[in-house]
Amino acid sequence: MNNIIVKSPTTTKSALGKISHGSSWLGLVGAAMCVMWLLVAIFGPWLAPHPVGEVVSDNIFDSLSAAYPLGTDYLGRDMLSRIMVGARFTVGLALVAAVLASTLGTSCALLSVVSPKWLDELISRLMDAFISIPSKMLALIMVSAFGSSVTLLICTAVLSYTPGAFRIARSMAVNIEALEYVQVARTRGERRLYIACVEILPNILNPVLTDLGLRFGFIVLLLSGMSFLGLGVQPPDADLGSLVRENIGGLNQGAPAIVIPALAIGTLTIGVNLFIDRLSSRRSRRSGGH
Amino acid sequence: MNSNTLWLIGRRLGAAVLTLLIVSMVVFAITAVLPGDAAQQSLGQFATPEQVAALRLKMGLDQPGVLRYLHWLMNLLSGDMGQSVSNAMPVIDLMAGRVPNTLMLAAATALVSVPVALMLGIGSAMGRGGRIDGFLSFFTLTMVAVPEFLVATLAVLIFAVNLGWLSALSYASDITSPWQFIRTYALPVMTLCCVIVAQMSRMTRAAVIDQLDSPYVEMARLKGVSKTRIVLRHALPNAIGPIANAIALSLSYLLGGVVIVETIFNYPGIASLMVDAVTNRDMALVQACTMLFCTAYLTLVLIADLCAILSNPRLRNQ
Repeated sequence: MNNIIVKSPTTTKSALGKISHGSSWLGLVGAAMCVMWLLVAIFGPWLAPHPVGEVVSDNIFDSLSAAYPLGTDYLGRDMLSRIMVGARFTVGLALVAAVLASTLGTSCALLSVVSPKWLDELISRLMDAFISIPSKMLALIMVSAFGSSVTLLICTAVLSYTPGAFRIARSMAVNIEALEYVQVARTRGERRLYIACVEILPNILNPVLTDLGLRFGFIVLLLSGMSFLGLGVQPPDADLGSLVRENIGGLNQGAPAIVIPALAIGTLTIGVNLFIDRLSSRRSRRSGGH
Repeated sequence: MNSNTLWLIGRRLGAAVLTLLIVSMVVFAITAVLPGDAAQQSLGQFATPEQVAALRLKMGLDQPGVLRYLHWLMNLLSGDMGQSVSNAMPVIDLMAGRVPNTLMLAAATALVSVPVALMLGIGSAMGRGGRIDGFLSFFTLTMVAVPEFLVATLAVLIFAVNLGWLSALSYASDITSPWQFIRTYALPVMTLCCVIVAQMSRMTRAAVIDQLDSPYVEMARLKGVSKTRIVLRHALPNAIGPIANAIALSLSYLLGGVVIVETIFNYPGIASLMVDAVTNRDMALVQACTMLFCTAYLTLVLIADLCAILSNPRLRNQ
């Protein structure tokens, strides 16, 4: 449908020279931030100094101190522990959803490239319909219809981000499919599954993985936005978005309990974007750029 | 404008209407068909089978899904969007009270963000590869990535709590002077602008650079035309189409941002109405708000596509 507009602005596409120097260490910083959050998500719950739900201090919205490095929240719970546990929800949910969305999108793309015309048309139309519902709207109606749960959040994220993954994978797969070696494989009498998995998939894997990273960032934003509205991860569990929501009362005092989880999400998504931007600009330069 | 263009535009309009129809089917399926028996849910577990059957008959749930969808669609088209359960009011009245507020917010955001984004985009395209361009591209990349509530909380902290210049809460009703208008709208508009300006200026930059890389600009440069003149007189008129496309597309990001911004600032707009409806599971209201947002989104994407078609001679004269 709107194929004309999918050309997304990749800034570094043709900018060489100084920019590439700058983005090289920015890319490293981004990668470091991603790795840090990944480690926090894996080991955080074990390293947390206090149990997540335990009220440890009499002071609510406490500022940074030696005992509570990130202050305390609206009930007097330790913020550091809550963030370490919340990060596992944020990173874990988004990672699962992003991997599922990319896998599903790429599989559908490969299927539609090697299958007959009518099936290709059917899948493409279906994906087009889903891409025209903004992801937040889809998430809102899903929650209103089924109530919020972890499974539902993952399903919603997969549903809204599969079409984008499908489009990108399909546009690349169509190009590969037209190349001689695929035609040779077809003439050789290889089965469709073989052509899709052995001939096409390895050649689109790199961009698909980059796209997976971008999708991960979008899903983090979507899910923490939903949690911020109180429609995402439900208490007693809390992801980083829920932490912002539950401490919103501390805004007037400038409590760290509201700023730090918001900053945590920011560093995670900025890290992912810087890293991905670096990866894709390096690839476009290697393959001749513009 | 020739018949070819008209045909392209007509086809695009047809596709938009078809997509909207499919979207309405998806929305109806998710909200009304898939969740199960609404009559049973609203009466609870202890209702007698007779009560459930009576309510089901009253709500029209005894009919098959397709018929209910058609009925719902006809009502929607004639402006009857049903009754809001949690507010005991017709949905249309509730929405009519809120839509102007959201439109006001969107208009103010567009009015601020478009000039700023154009200046940033064109400026960084002119100084491509330089320090300012590098900084702007880092800045816009960052702004695209951060959640709206981070921008909002930081803005409230700085401008309302620390400096005390602005009020943290918005009320759209008690505006009497321009100064009050600015005080009320500054924070929500600023938050919305951050993300949109970043998007728009990145796309504008890409569009202008696309032109600057073309042979006719090189020709102009070889003739010794000044840099400003090249950008303003040669490149910009040709980039108008892609830029208009970028503006329309970036404004469609408003729809996602406005949900968060209206909630955090207690702004009485249509998005906060929808969030409340989702929380109360007020289905008629959710359906109506979703359709309104999806229509607005599709319209903006349609405008973006039409700009692309009209501005591209290759698409016009295929």
